Amino acid sequence: MQRRDFLALSGLGIGSLALPSWLGKAVAAEQLVTTLDVAIKKQLADAALQAARSSGASYCDVRIGRYLRQFVMTREDKVQNVVNTESTGVGIRVIADGAWGFAATNGLTTDAVAEAARRATAIAKANARVQAEPVQLAPAPAYGEVSWRTPIKRNAMEVPLKDKVDLLLSVNAAALNAGASFVNSTLFLVNEQKYFASTDGSYIDQDVHRIWAPMTVTAVDKDSGKFRTRDGLSAPMGLGYEYLDGDPAQKFVSPNGVVNYGHSYDMVEDAVAAAKQAQEKLKAPSVKPGRYDLVLDPSHTWLTIHESVGHPLELDRVLGYEANYAGTSFATLDKRESGFRYGSDQVTIFADKTQPGSLGAVGYDDEGVKCKRWDLIRDGILVDYQTIRDQAHILGKTESDGCCYADSWSSVQFQRMANVSLAPGKSKLSVADMIKDVENGIYIIGDGSFSIDQQRYNAQFGGQLFYEIKNGAITGMIEDVAYQIRTPEFWNACVAVCDESDYRLGGSFFDGKGQPGQVSAVSHGSSTARFNGINVINTARSLG
Amino acid sequence: MTIFTEAEAKAILDKVIALSSADECTAVLSGGNSGNIRFALNNVSTSGTVDDVDLVVSVAFGKRVGTATINEFDDASLERVVRRAEDLARLAPENPEFMPAIGKQSYAATATHSAATAAITPEYRAQVAASSIAPCREAGLVAAGFLEDSRSFTAIANSNGNFGYQTATSADYTCTVRTEDGRGSGWVGRNVTDISQFDAGRDIAVAIRKARESADARALEPGKYTVILEPHAAAGLISFMMYFFDARQADEGRSFLSKKGGGNKLGEQVYDPRVSIWADPADPDVPVLPWDDEGLARKRMPVIQDGKVANLLYSRYWAQQQGREPVAAPGNLIMAGGTKSTADLVRETERGILVTRTWYIRMVDPQTVLLTGLTRDGTFYIENGQIRYPIKNFRFNESPVIMLNNIDELGKPVRVSGDESRFAMMIPPMRLRDFTFTSLSDAV
Repeated sequence: MQRRDFLALSGLGIGSLALPSWLGKAVAAEQLVTTLDVAIKKQLADAALQAARSSGASYCDVRIGRYLRQFVMTREDKVQNVVNTESTGVGIRVIADGAWGFAATNGLTTDAVAEAARRATAIAKANARVQAEPVQLAPAPAYGEVSWRTPIKRNAMEVPLKDKVDLLLSVNAAALNAGASFVNSTLFLVNEQKYFASTDGSYIDQDVHRIWAPMTVTAVDKDSGKFRTRDGLSAPMGLGYEYLDGDPAQKFVSPNGVVNYGHSYDMVEDAVAAAKQAQEKLKAPSVKPGRYDLVLDPSHTWLTIHESVGHPLELDRVLGYEANYAGTSFATLDKRESGFRYGSDQVTIFADKTQPGSLGAVGYDDEGVKCKRWDLIRDGILVDYQTIRDQAHILGKTESDGCCYADSWSSVQFQRMANVSLAPGKSKLSVADMIKDVENGIYIIGDGSFSIDQQRYNAQFGGQLFYEIKNGAITGMIEDVAYQIRTPEFWNACVAVCDESDYRLGGSFFDGKGQPGQVSAVSHGSSTARFNGINVINTARSLG
Repeated sequence: MTIFTEAEAKAILDKVIALSSADECTAVLSGGNSGNIRFALNNVSTSGTVDDVDLVVSVAFGKRVGTATINEFDDASLERVVRRAEDLARLAPENPEFMPAIGKQSYAATATHSAATAAITPEYRAQVAASSIAPCREAGLVAAGFLEDSRSFTAIANSNGNFGYQTATSADYTCTVRTEDGRGSGWVGRNVTDISQFDAGRDIAVAIRKARESADARALEPGKYTVILEPHAAAGLISFMMYFFDARQADEGRSFLSKKGGGNKLGEQVYDPRVSIWADPADPDVPVLPWDDEGLARKRMPVIQDGKVANLLYSRYWAQQQGREPVAAPGNLIMAGGTKSTADLVRETERGILVTRTWYIRMVDPQTVLLTGLTRDGTFYIENGQIRYPIKNFRFNESPVIMLNNIDELGKPVRVSGDESRFAMMIPPMRLRDFTFTSLSDAV
């Protein structure tokens, strides 16, 4: 579930001292470039593991986490806020008497972590009284002392704040010069320094980096009272500050001249385009509802993949563990056994926690399992799910898929989505060639409104830019477009996917799941894809 | 220790303010403990507790602001955090929209703390899970639920002599009950300050009944229907709309409350005259802290009065620009209603649809606050005052502005907390005409 938390963040611009709890604490910028000593982390971890064993736990894992975030928020010619946050602490999970228990502490002393480990064991024992089936953990190898780091070229936390502010203010100026009424631009930078240790014999030190540079450009026509926005076409990425270099080789120009971006983003160029397109949206004709062939750019498709494939193929949802909040799944286990046709022959969808540049890429997950790539849907047929250690046995698997994640040291790790992506088409096919064959269609670029039911059947998606296609040619911009799908029918309507030269990642910084709610960051790749005969509604209304 | 007394908190904050040599200094000390238990498939899945205390210090030199935090409170640590905030402020760019620290406020204490909730133990949480699971197991149904409780304190102070301290507790329980074959699903939610008002055994009966009664749903054609939204179902749409009551956005021409040609709709009739929504920190049913995130004292404030926009939210900066009084951001929303229960409204409905809950609500068009989302966990067809049969879930595309102009009748408000809302709310069940369902969902 894509969170609305980003909405709440705009409130940070007004000088509030109350940060959303998942952001952690505000710190000085110089702290964002430091790391905790590995030897100290190992000492703390060993104290917790020992205390857990002594208090009767049969398994224990310890996560010592330092979560650093920097947000630079601007609007027009103003810096609204610069927030540096740090959240450091220790989360301890144990199995005792066959049940899970968890406790967390921000105390970084051996006494504090040992006490938390004992508290986790006491909670596990209380829970065991109402637990019918004992927890079964799939085996995980003992990796010993290992480490992993996101392969970044430039640590965004080390870039001077002034450079970031200058970039965003130049982005805003470019949008205003191009006719925008308002512009908000932001940098979100994340560094997760995570140390994992378990009674299985792994000590894993990881340094994970992510970057996001969203913007919203608004055009207002005061006379008519109409306003339209166009969001940036960047993607949040598992990259360093080099993502903002604007490498021309990473531009993907659509047949009608809209510029999309791959592993490198030119934010100023996109701001100018956004200003022009937001103004064009004010005057664009409203869509006639009906059935259209949709040509979906990867900057749009990632969210459809996320909602209609990524989430329904999470094993914990399928089993019912998320029934009370995010929901269950239509893709029940019997469908894997019977070779359920999820999509057309064109549709191969894979999970991959190793994909370079992706948000979900790590060396090991948050229960110490080495990450990998595997197929979920092969040539349209459902073949697998995503799972973690305590549920792998349900699929008959002897190892976890490495999908365990916690958004904080203080959160319990659980199954989160891997990067789930649509494989590019095997035959050579460009976007221009794909559009040439479309008689009555809509070309959609960028992600917009989104909503899906709790079993992932019925979904509705908007976008940023909509272009009408008539008889193989793009005729012009249209507005008020949303399409509604029933998941298996939609994926079975996929008739073509462009080749790998068009493959790009999109993604979410704030995918929400669980109770208490946690966020995770995940990417979804695809090439431009065509879906025939999809139901399009008109979203214009009048308030009188 | 994670709950500081008022004297302890004040001593720390006084030291911080005295240590600062900046033009002004504001500090917030807050912390507490939260505990939770989660269950699914009639078993406990996760459970835990988290402790945390945190001091945030914000200082200003002119229009340059610096903020730093710490979670140690000895004299040396307090000195360190103040100096760090000051160093940051000296390096920060000037904020052209800087507003000086607020003056001394007068806070009237509100009843946000319950000793019973503060005393919740892991054993109590496990018992709530057991009380939810046992009747479901007996009935051949499957329960998934969550209880989260917290006890916390917040203390604020600044160099203008402002000080506030209050403790708070809360508990939030939700449970989804499904039939084993997955054809029926029911839900119940309860949000309280005082846990003694909560009875898992009583609430679970509601979810069990809805799970049983919602099986074998029939499909109705999408279209416009008279609906009865239960309070939880209505709360999601109404609280979403309240995020767009910002005065600046309206004045800038980018809100549904902007006026053609410029200006905003403050004072204008935007809703049915029966719609009144206000915020009140002291409301006995949904008490919240008597100050907002900036420390401004909350007062009873009408937001919509008899269908007219009574207040927009002016930040301190925008209020100054527009020559108006700043308004504390609301912590709760209370909507006026009548005396009838959901069941009473059903009895008086000739034909309509009863919606237990709405889900995954997202903005489609901010111009009209057109929202989309789905019904979930118990949707029923009503004929001649009776629930006739369960129906398949619908996707809706509806604006709360249009919806609150199509009111047939409002019932008695009850306390709810939305899936994704930050507001504590009192929302009535409501019967509405011409609610727009645009497609069917096969989801149960």
